[in-house]
Amino acid sequence: MPIPKSALAVLALTIVASFARAETPGHYGIGRTATDAEIAGWNIDIGRNGENLPPGSGTVAHGKEIFAEQCAACHGEKGQGGVGERLVGGQGTIATPKPIKTVGSFWPYAPTLFDYIRRAMPQNAPQSLSNEDVYAVSAYILNMNGLLPADATLDAKTLSAIKMPNRDMFTGDPRPDVKNPACEKGC
Amino acid sequence: MTESADLDDDRAVTSRRRFLRESGALISGAVVAGLADGTALAAEPGSENVPPNVPEWMKAPGDPMGSQLYGTPSPFEKNVVKNISKNLPQYISASGRTPIGDLDGIITPNGLFYERHHGGVPAIDPDQHRLMLHGLIDRPMIFTMDDLRRFPSQSRIHFLECSGNPVYTKPYGKTASDLVGLLSCAEWTGVSLKLVLEEAGLRPEAKWLVAEGADAAALTRSIPIEKCLDDAMLVYSQNGERLRPQQGYPLRLLLPGFEGNMNVKWLRRLKAVPEPAYSREETSKYTDLMPDGVAREFTFYMEAKSIITRPSGGQKLKQTGFHEITGLAWSGHGKIKRVDVSVDSGKNWLEAQLQEPVLTRALTRFRLPWQWDGQPAVIQSRAVDETGYVQPTFAELLAVRGENSFYHNNAIQPWRIDAQGQVTNANS
Ligand code: HEC
Repeated sequence: MPIPKSALAVLALTIVASFARAETPGHYGIGRTATDAEIAGWNIDIGRNGENLPPGSGTVAHGKEIFAEQCAACHGEKGQGGVGERLVGGQGTIATPKPIKTVGSFWPYAPTLFDYIRRAMPQNAPQSLSNEDVYAVSAYILNMNGLLPADATLDAKTLSAIKMPNRDMFTGDPRPDVKNPACEKGC
Repeated sequence: MTESADLDDDRAVTSRRRFLRESGALISGAVVAGLADGTALAAEPGSENVPPNVPEWMKAPGDPMGSQLYGTPSPFEKNVVKNISKNLPQYISASGRTPIGDLDGIITPNGLFYERHHGGVPAIDPDQHRLMLHGLIDRPMIFTMDDLRRFPSQSRIHFLECSGNPVYTKPYGKTASDLVGLLSCAEWTGVSLKLVLEEAGLRPEAKWLVAEGADAAALTRSIPIEKCLDDAMLVYSQNGERLRPQQGYPLRLLLPGFEGNMNVKWLRRLKAVPEPAYSREETSKYTDLMPDGVAREFTFYMEAKSIITRPSGGQKLKQTGFHEITGLAWSGHGKIKRVDVSVDSGKNWLEAQLQEPVLTRALTRFRLPWQWDGQPAVIQSRAVDETGYVQPTFAELLAVRGENSFYHNNAIQPWRIDAQGQVTNANS
């Protein structure tokens, strides 16, 4: 015989109430435990030193093909920019009056490239590339920026080892940094 | 005759039709009235419903109950809409501004709340939306929207402002909305993030939460744990109704006083970690580049700022005499303590009246009565917050940060009023 839902709810409440402290850290008993498989499916962020980079690899040559097919329409044949941002060049411009911020000139950490492309690119179909393809196209962008040889293969280890040129040019928040004396009369 | 057969969705069309039908009678009435008192009573369009005439909308019943199941503004307000640039390179990662020069009070209507998204606005089924909480947590958790609504709720009024509002470079905006329209304020309802973290058991090694959206950008920002355990909220409602899709429906993070993009919309995941993610949105973007090539990262707080919204750029003073100067002031660091207004190009400053109650990290409306003598004038406002911080001039900001800093421009905004009463950006 099926047990009425309400009776189950009362039972569940009683159990939660009496064992909440022992069974769950919280005391409301709201929500459920996430399984490892559920977390693995969503836990896509990559640390700046490459933490959580997946297995697999990709070559600059394969990345060039992917780029031509899936990226060049927005970012330009050579990554020079278009509807999408410029991805290549600009080294040496960051401290000038006309800075050109790109992956090569501005980004502090190479693994972020894998993270961002996998989660957000191509803009019309994010999360559609395989991990191998993300490694490959990341390799090609790094290659166009002079940060990886043309015959290179990128994987978790080699991507984490790349030191970006602008890496040490970031600092914390020093504000308040601007002072207004708040003159009231005859300023 | 009743108008019930003439129900029309478009009230403007209806009234035009009525006008055509009745204008003959009205004009002859006006002529009679004009003759009676010896003045040439205007037969200009738009005057047929003013005294001594009886307005047409009194001569027939209006729209019946239920004509609009979700109310919209009067068709006469059709120009009060979001300010979206006509020539954006693309509209998927883009922003739309609140028409702050057209609004009153401190609360932004939901339909006019500013928008910024990096991968378009997702259409999320709330029954299939989940919030995952994991990382340095005793019990990794998954919450449904029903779960989150079961927690004790809270409602608070806070502003949100985009960090690039506006940038430091030319061309400068013309209107208050062009310049500072990535700014809005609402009453938010949700659950304290601290309470949810306690429910899951946050480990002491957790120093940051990485927040991620369920949009096509899977937008990711790292939030310092102090903020998460302070006034951060998981929000599901805005101004009494569920969040609008543009504002993160069905769930967003709210970090009062922090730059807009950190208030992650369509929130699907919070991961407790020992150090920040250094995601693309906190390295490539949302870092403030100084002239020496050093970029400031994790610049969370929106510093004190104010702007006169009336009279403001694009508006016109139609006559001399009394005008109220009014505008908005706010600070990510707490309450607004004082707003000074200058009507003489910054030579002398007068204290404006603040609308009560002054709320922390919320828009604060200020007002100053003013007599305009018809002479050209430059008017501007200057906010001071409860920490004593004074809103800087644009020159003071540029001297320290240069033009390429992009984010966190909280400069004083001067408006020039010319002898015809036309208001323009005095920086242009
Ligand atoms: C439909 C157009 C489009 C396509 C196709 C596209 N992108 Fe993008 N991409 C953009 C836009 C627009 C942005 C900026 C997004 C933003 O700032 O929110 C961007 C940003 C980026 C960035 C970050 C740049 C920076 O300096 O922050 C990278 C890297 C990138 N894209 C790589 C790729 C790769 C690799 C592909 C192909 C697999 C690709 N994109 C395909 C439009 C596109």
